[in-house]
Amino acid sequence: MKVYLDNASTTRVDQRVLDAMLHVFTQNYALPTSEFIHTPGQVVKDLVEGSRKKIAEFIGAEANEIVFTSGGTESINLALKGIALEHSARGKHIITSTVEARPVLDSLKFLEKLGFQVEYIPVNREGFVEIEKLQEAVRKDTIIVSIQTVNDEVGTIQPLKEVIKAIRERNQETFIHTDATYALGWLPFNVKELEVDLASFTAHKIHGPKGIGALFVKSGTKLTKLIDGGYAEFGMRGGTPNVPGIVGFAKALEIISWNEIERVKELRNYLYEKIKVEIPDSVLMGPADFSKRHPANLNISFKYVEGESVVLYMDMKEISVISGSACFSRGLEPSYVIMAMGHSHEEAHGSIRFSLSKFNTEEEITYTVDVLKNVIRTLRELSPLGGN
Amino acid sequence: MALPYSKKLLELFLNPKNVGEIPDADAKATEGSPACGDMVQLFLKVDPKTKRIEDIKFKSYGCASNIATASIVTELAKGKTIEEAKNITWKNAEEELGGLPPTKIHCAVLAVDALHTAIENYEHQHGLLKEKVPTTPETITKRLKHVIDPRKGIDVIRAKTVKEILVRDGVAIIQLDMARGEEFAGHLEQEIKERISPLWDITSVEVKFTNG
Repeated sequence: MKVYLDNASTTRVDQRVLDAMLHVFTQNYALPTSEFIHTPGQVVKDLVEGSRKKIAEFIGAEANEIVFTSGGTESINLALKGIALEHSARGKHIITSTVEARPVLDSLKFLEKLGFQVEYIPVNREGFVEIEKLQEAVRKDTIIVSIQTVNDEVGTIQPLKEVIKAIRERNQETFIHTDATYALGWLPFNVKELEVDLASFTAHKIHGPKGIGALFVKSGTKLTKLIDGGYAEFGMRGGTPNVPGIVGFAKALEIISWNEIERVKELRNYLYEKIKVEIPDSVLMGPADFSKRHPANLNISFKYVEGESVVLYMDMKEISVISGSACFSRGLEPSYVIMAMGHSHEEAHGSIRFSLSKFNTEEEITYTVDVLKNVIRTLRELSPLGGN
Repeated sequence: MALPYSKKLLELFLNPKNVGEIPDADAKATEGSPACGDMVQLFLKVDPKTKRIEDIKFKSYGCASNIATASIVTELAKGKTIEEAKNITWKNAEEELGGLPPTKIHCAVLAVDALHTAIENYEHQHGLLKEKVPTTPETITKRLKHVIDPRKGIDVIRAKTVKEILVRDGVAIIQLDMARGEEFAGHLEQEIKERISPLWDITSVEVKFTNG
């Protein structure tokens, strides 16, 4: 039985999304370059603008606040670099957290090279950003604060409303960006309620296609364009629009069912309960209060074993999971997220991330725990650290 | 499948040879640490007359390469005299496995280091050293470079966890910059003792903490 439990990395495209995209490739392939374009172009323009409107409505934004990009990574790059470069006269101070995803950390590293000063706010053992420290860090010359909505590794949902309130109390002007790439379509997310200035999204984590993302840019916010080549996307992103992707993205959101997500959450809870009962010395990473955790995420550190062996063993049984172990990473460093949460190297090395989707079944989860139980027992028998 | 591992490596990962402990081992050695995510423990049983490795067993905490390299090293060493086994290199282990991804070479190094240290410990404990060089703080420092401070993820010398080393009348005294009762204190004490006590002229090892 093939069991794919790496949906926080990427998901399978829903058939309905694919169907919506296919006719764009073969029928509606013209370019919507101007208002006065030929008829095929007009038809495509309607498709793009209709999709933009749907996506905007889904997050409580206006259509002209949605900028299409090539994905979450580009959205984040555009938000952080675009704001920093445009508004550097205001200041060079930037704030983020220690558990942000690579696109945020790497974009900020780039800005550090240009002379911006980045402050990294620590998180607690469950991955929640320390709001008091964040508030203290906000200065008059802080130009942008970037805090993720949810962490894809340990599932922590940040209390964004409180975070934003704390920032605003100190500085009304500073821009606030959130990396919502793993939140969109999984959690209720409304830009108006949150009062963020920028939010990054991607389609492929919600059964949409890869290669398409969006950046919410609050009306009136100026940023420096990173990709030059025309006036597309309100002058914020040049290039030929990925029309099939845009249509697929809108479709993926259109078919989101909160009941289905509730079912995923129950499956995740079942997985956790079963692991807790059947595998001793399993330590939960991330929030213990599951109402503050991504509905599809589970991260467990299995004592006395190293994650890469677990992943490989599971892979041989056709179950796909990933690990925060050093062996798993290219840099041979254990998960920086788990380390930043104050856990030991050992806990990071032994951590396994399970991320579910609507395509998983109860049968698959039962099978996964059956296999996992044996894998962990076998590896613990080998381990000099004990566990038997 | 495009896994970066050879068939042989995967075979040994799933069915490692010579797994376990030898309760009455003539020598043992541990290399690596849980903090690094890689650890190999080796046990030797040596024929006192022929100096042949009669039995060898291992335990491993680590990735697939770690388990497979430890397994292959025990297979290479079994039946060899300790002099012959000293010549086993990580290259031999790598070749036997049909290659290793470059990022996994250190696994083979770790397994071979464990073998060499176990043999060295055996020689120290069985009067087989050719030159009986008296233990100095430098000898001890060299050995302690293999002990990892789990709080820092680097060895206790680089981490400056070891403040002072004294050797007097066969007693090695190692002063740590760490309080007894601190997390990992007991673990470090045990590991340091295991590293130092095999030395031929050391009769006891004392690990001291900042609070006595």
